[in-house]
Amino acid sequence: MGEDWKPMWKELGLDLKAHDELLSVLVKFYNDIFMSQKDRPQGMVYFDFVMSEVHGLRIKELLDAKAQGRKVIATFCVYIPEEIALAADAVQVGLCGGAEIGFNVAEKYLPRNTCSLIKSFFGFSQAKICPYFEASDIVVGENTCDGKKKAYEIFKDLRNLYVMDLPNMKHDLGRELLKNEYLKYLQMIEKLTGKKITVESLKKGIQISNEKRKAISRVMDLRKYNPTPISGKDGLLINQVAFYDDPIRFTASVNKIADECEKRVKEHHGVASKETPRILVSGCPMAVPNWKVPHVIETNGAVIVGEESCVGMRNIRNLVSDKGNTVDQLVDNLVDRYFKIDCAVFTPNKDRLDHIAQMAKDLKADGVVHYTLQFCTPYNMESHLVENTLSKAGIPLLKIETDYSMEDMGQLNTRVQAFVEMIKK
Amino acid sequence: MTRPKIAAGIDVGSRTIKLVLYDGSHFLFEKIVDNTYNTAESIKELLGEVKYDALIAAGYGRTLVEIGWDAPTVSEITAFAIGCSQEFPRKKTILDMGGQDTKVIRVNDAGKVVKFEMNDRCAAGTGKFFEVMAKTLNYTLDEFASLRITERDPLKINSLCTVFAESEVISLLARGENREDIAYALHKSVVNKVSPLLKKIYDSGDIIFCGGCAKNSLLHALLEKEMGQKILIPKSPQLIGAYGASIIAFNTIRNQPVDSK
Repeated sequence: MGEDWKPMWKELGLDLKAHDELLSVLVKFYNDIFMSQKDRPQGMVYFDFVMSEVHGLRIKELLDAKAQGRKVIATFCVYIPEEIALAADAVQVGLCGGAEIGFNVAEKYLPRNTCSLIKSFFGFSQAKICPYFEASDIVVGENTCDGKKKAYEIFKDLRNLYVMDLPNMKHDLGRELLKNEYLKYLQMIEKLTGKKITVESLKKGIQISNEKRKAISRVMDLRKYNPTPISGKDGLLINQVAFYDDPIRFTASVNKIADECEKRVKEHHGVASKETPRILVSGCPMAVPNWKVPHVIETNGAVIVGEESCVGMRNIRNLVSDKGNTVDQLVDNLVDRYFKIDCAVFTPNKDRLDHIAQMAKDLKADGVVHYTLQFCTPYNMESHLVENTLSKAGIPLLKIETDYSMEDMGQLNTRVQAFVEMIKK
Repeated sequence: MTRPKIAAGIDVGSRTIKLVLYDGSHFLFEKIVDNTYNTAESIKELLGEVKYDALIAAGYGRTLVEIGWDAPTVSEITAFAIGCSQEFPRKKTILDMGGQDTKVIRVNDAGKVVKFEMNDRCAAGTGKFFEVMAKTLNYTLDEFASLRITERDPLKINSLCTVFAESEVISLLARGENREDIAYALHKSVVNKVSPLLKKIYDSGDIIFCGGCAKNSLLHALLEKEMGQKILIPKSPQLIGAYGASIIAFNTIRNQPVDSK
């Protein structure tokens, strides 16, 4: 990082020594995994910079915003609408939980057999190595999976936490529940920020979020061409940074990359050869800096052409309508979009099965890698139905259930290499 | 006059390293050595004995060969599928039980892998399990692999884990249980671990049993009983991975000209 951020980190109450260790590991990983790639779109330089300043400049921006009287809202799940935060002139940042860090601390509160993502956010929070937690005015959780639901009961004593309820099923009562929860959340944000959310401000928020989704979608859509213009790792990184970067600046940077990718497609300039097996990754989200499985896949002779996950398609599919004359109508529009998100915490979840098969076809994937975290019941259970769907559609599938550790790298490499050999034409 | 091209296939496993030379129709050279604490050195010694025009590595230690000898690698899944193809050309399901892992591979009539699954997180149901148990019961591995034990109601071995099962066996011996009864029960326990994996992948066709554990006649018999059909064993079940790697290596040079030497 450029400037010396230590005074800022110290003031935020971070454990400087542990934080330094985290950063050095992060830098090494990033160099090994991203910088070693060949022929990346020029525009990815923006992301290299953002990643190098992930705990530096971005945090300074959050603190500057707070100094101007704006609030910082830290969230976990794509169900929490950024539009509402934007409408109240607040900054929304997605918390990651993508590293095996602070697990010893986390296991003081959580059972050992808990998904890595949950242990990770506990670890980051309680080991005092995440400046996003420290800079936030509120943390927003949600009743999604059992793990998170029960973890929040413990976490509420550790942080200023608001938990949103979500429905289990996608029927009318479920929709009504989601709308009520969004209205309640909106009121809480107004109280927190001291700013009234109006039709104008909410429309503005909707427009900003829509533009972000459209920009990412442009890039993601271009990956369907063969040869594909951008690597899976870079595609994933764009999806990951979408959660915490300034939305307007991010959108402009991604549109530039989309322009570059369009040019590449016209010139048949790919990041891998036409013969390279193409893989769609589907399943649990991969939060920063979880690059383990994409790295294994792309170093075993394949290229990833899409992410069917929350850090991926689920976050950008569908826009929110900005038509309406009242805040209530606009919240209805939010519900219209967000209610369609096909996370495995909902039952039934047929849309997701159809989406995976459709994405595989649209992206001309030669195979699907279904990625789940150990102890993630919703996605692990749903993988059976995913397998049935893909088997009927004649699409090869490899199921990977793993965690954040480096313990199973040998096993992963063998399976992925075998799968790539199997789907190669 | 040109001499025939020679391709080498090396399968670097957890317990043994297998090397094979192939000239397009015959396997000219076959050797199995124990893997040591210095795998790279063992590979070097083995490869030093032969000359070849192409080399491909498979197995757990294939990256060492890739790095040290600039050789391409192939997964053991693909290597086993190809390695069985000459002896068993029809549609088949391959069960490979090696030193530290077990895999099941379904191969179609065209010899292509269509589905596979592995157990490689845990020693239960692998050669390691047999090694540990043979020692505990005071058999050599060869003796343990050729036990002639008649069918009987097996004792129950509760532990799936190799380490805990070993403790269980010691307790059984201490309470006076018969060595053969325990050996039989252990074999049954492995079948119980492995057959669900096999049933998951198998749909029709031949079942081919490879890997070091295929040399165990009691295991073979119990698996046949469990699956309700004959299970075929190649002439050299432990060399299948190396055979496959050498065939794939040969295919990369079959059309290249080679000067006489």
